[in-house]
Amino acid sequence: MGQITLEEVAKRFGEVEVIPPLDLTIEDGEFVVFVGPSGCGKSTLLRLIAGLEDVSGGRILIDGTDATDASPAKRGLAMVFQSYALYPHMSVRKNIAFPMRMAGLSKDEQDRRIEAAAKALNLTNYLDRRPGQLSGGQRQRVAIGRAIVREPSAFLFDEPLSNLDAALRVGMRLEISELHNRLKTTMIYVTHDQVEAMTMADKIVVLQAGRIEQVGSPLDLYLRPRNVFVAGFIGSPRMNLFSGPTAAEYGAETIGVRPEHIAISAEGGKWKGRIGVSEHLGSDSFFYVEETGLTETITVRSDGELGFRHGDTVWLTPNEERIHRFDKTGDRIA
Amino acid sequence: MATRQTASLARLMRAPAIILLLIWMVIPLGMTLYYSFLNYNLLNPSVTSWAGWFNYQYFYTDPAFLESIWNTIVLVLGVLLITVCGGIGIAMLIDKPIFGQGIVRILVISPFFVMPPVAALIWKNMIMHPSYGVFADIAKFFGASPVDWFAQFPLLSIIIIVAWQWLPFATLILLTALQSLDGEQMEAAEMDGAPAISRFIHLVLPHMARAITVVILIQTIFLLGIYAEILVTTNGGPGFASTNLTFLIYRAARLNFDIGGAAAGGIIAVILANIVAIFLMRAVGRNLD
Ligand SMILES: Nc1ncnc2c1ncn2[C@@H]1O[C@H](COP(=O)(O)OP(=O)(O)OP(=O)(O)O)[C@@H](O)[C@H]1O
Ligand SMILES: [Mg+2]
Repeated sequence: MGQITLEEVAKRFGEVEVIPPLDLTIEDGEFVVFVGPSGCGKSTLLRLIAGLEDVSGGRILIDGTDATDASPAKRGLAMVFQSYALYPHMSVRKNIAFPMRMAGLSKDEQDRRIEAAAKALNLTNYLDRRPGQLSGGQRQRVAIGRAIVREPSAFLFDEPLSNLDAALRVGMRLEISELHNRLKTTMIYVTHDQVEAMTMADKIVVLQAGRIEQVGSPLDLYLRPRNVFVAGFIGSPRMNLFSGPTAAEYGAETIGVRPEHIAISAEGGKWKGRIGVSEHLGSDSFFYVEETGLTETITVRSDGELGFRHGDTVWLTPNEERIHRFDKTGDRIA
Repeated sequence: MATRQTASLARLMRAPAIILLLIWMVIPLGMTLYYSFLNYNLLNPSVTSWAGWFNYQYFYTDPAFLESIWNTIVLVLGVLLITVCGGIGIAMLIDKPIFGQGIVRILVISPFFVMPPVAALIWKNMIMHPSYGVFADIAKFFGASPVDWFAQFPLLSIIIIVAWQWLPFATLILLTALQSLDGEQMEAAEMDGAPAISRFIHLVLPHMARAITVVILIQTIFLLGIYAEILVTTNGGPGFASTNLTFLIYRAARLNFDIGGAAAGGIIAVILANIVAIFLMRAVGRNLD
C-alpha cells in the first residue's frame, strides 16, 4: 500500500512562502514525477512528504491515516538522495543492512533480503567494499538497495541520476523503471530532466514557484498543455510560441507549435525564413530558422535526410491541427 | 613529488631546518645523558665524578618513583577521559543553532588562552579554596562542610584544573569534525528508522574517530609534561600524592640540587614517553591513514 494525499499542504521558510497551499493525490503503485525549473520547490515538496521538513499548514495522509506529525521513520517511506548519503565507514553489506538492523529484523531475514537486493542490483561482488571504493553508478545502486530492503510503502527519489554521466543515466533510468514494474510500489521521483520525466512517469506533476501547473500523464501534457508554462516546459526541443498578429489570426493571445509539427520546404509554404544553425543527428535534423519576422528563431524538427545548410532560404508550414492556442492569462483555449 | 629531481631538491631544501632541529634536540639530550652518569650536586658543584649507573639505581629505587608513574598515568587518562567525553558533548551542544552562538563559542574557547599557572592560581584561590572558594560557598549554602580540595583530593583537583584548560582544545577540534558531517547522511539514517542514540553511535562517533585520535595524541604529549599546575597548587603533596614524573625530576633537581639524579630521571621519563608514544601510535594511529 502506498497512497499519499496532500491536503492544502503549504511551506514557509520564515517570511518566504516556498509552497502555497496545494492539493495532490498519488495513487498506490503510481510512478509520479515532479518536474519544474530549478528552485521551484520540488525537493521541498518531497522532503515534506518524507517528514524531513515540517509543514506550515495542511495535512499529509498516507494510506488514509494522518501522517502530518509522524516522524520520518514512522511514515514507512524510503528516500534515495542526490548525494546518495551512504554511510562511508560501513561496507556495502552493512549499509544495506542498516535500516533492517534498526527495525530489529532477524539476522537470517536480513541476509536473505541483502542477497535478493544485491542480485537484483548487480552488487553481489561489491558487498564487502566501502562506498568510497565504488563508482557513482554502483553507489547509486547501493542507495537504492538500502531503500528496497525496507520494503517501504513508497520510494522517494530526489534527482538520483543527476551526478551520473549520460550513458549511465540511461541505464539507471531503465533499471529504476524495471524496478517499478517488478515491485509495483509507489514511487515519487524528482527531476528536471525532460526525458526522465516523459519516459518514466505514469503521472507528471509540473511545478512552478511551488504551484502545481498541471498534473497528467506524459502524453496528456504533451498533447494538451494546460497553459503556456507547461507548453514551453514539456517537450524537447521547446515548443515555438508566437504572439501578436500571428496569434490573433487564430483568435488567441499566444499560439504554440511544436518543432515536430512544422513542415519545412525549399519550394513554398506559409512563413519564409533563413536557416541559422542546423543540427544533423542522423535520425532527426533540427533547424533553427531566423529572419521570419515572427519571433527570434523558430525551431523545426524533421527527418534526418533533409540537408538544408546555414543561409538557405526555406518555407515553413505549421500543421493547423496541432496548433495550441492560449488566452490572455496564458490558459489553454479548448 | 613528481620526479626524482624535485624529490632530491626537496630534500636539499628541507635539510637546514631538519639539521637545526636535530642540533636543538641532540645537544640537550646528550648533555642530560652525560650528566646522568655523573655525581653532580649543586651544593658542591666543583666536585664531580663518574657515577656509573648509580643515579639511575637511586632514582629507580626511590619509593616515590612508582607512585609518580602511577600518578602520571592517572593524570593523563583522567584528563583525556574528561576532555574527550566533555568535548564531544559540548561540541554537539554548540553545533546546534542557538541564540548568541558567536559569544557562546568564544566563551567556550577562552580557557585555552589563560596561561597554565594563572589558571591554576585562579582555581586554587578563587574556586577550590576551603574558606573563600566558590565550591566552599556552595557547600556552605547547602549546609555541608567545605572540602579542602588540595589536601583531600590533590590529584583529582589537578585533573579537574588541567581538564578545564584542555577542554576547549578538544571541543574545538571535535566541533570542526562535527560540522563536516554530511547532513543528508543524518537524514538518511533518520528515514532508516535510527533513533538519535543510534545515529550518534553509528554515524557521529565513527565520523569523529579521526578527530578524537588527534585529540588523544596531541593531548597525551602535553599531559605527560604537566608541571606548572602542580607547582602552584599542591607542590606535589601531600607527600607524593600529586607528584608526577616531571615534578619528581623537578624535585630532584631544584629541591635536592641533585643534577645527576634529575638527569637520570629525565632520561627515564624520555624513555617512558617514547614507549607510550609507540603504543599510542600503534593503538590509535590506525585511524590516521
Ligand atoms: N532551508 C531553507 N531556508 C530558506 N529557503 C529555502 C530552504 N530550502 C529551500 N529554500 C528555498 O525554497 C525554494 C525551493 O527550493 P527547492 O530545494 O525545493 O528547489 P528545487 O525545486 O528542488 O530546485 P533544484 O531543481 O535546483 O533542486 C528555493 O527558492 C530555495 O531558495
Ligand atoms: Mg532539488
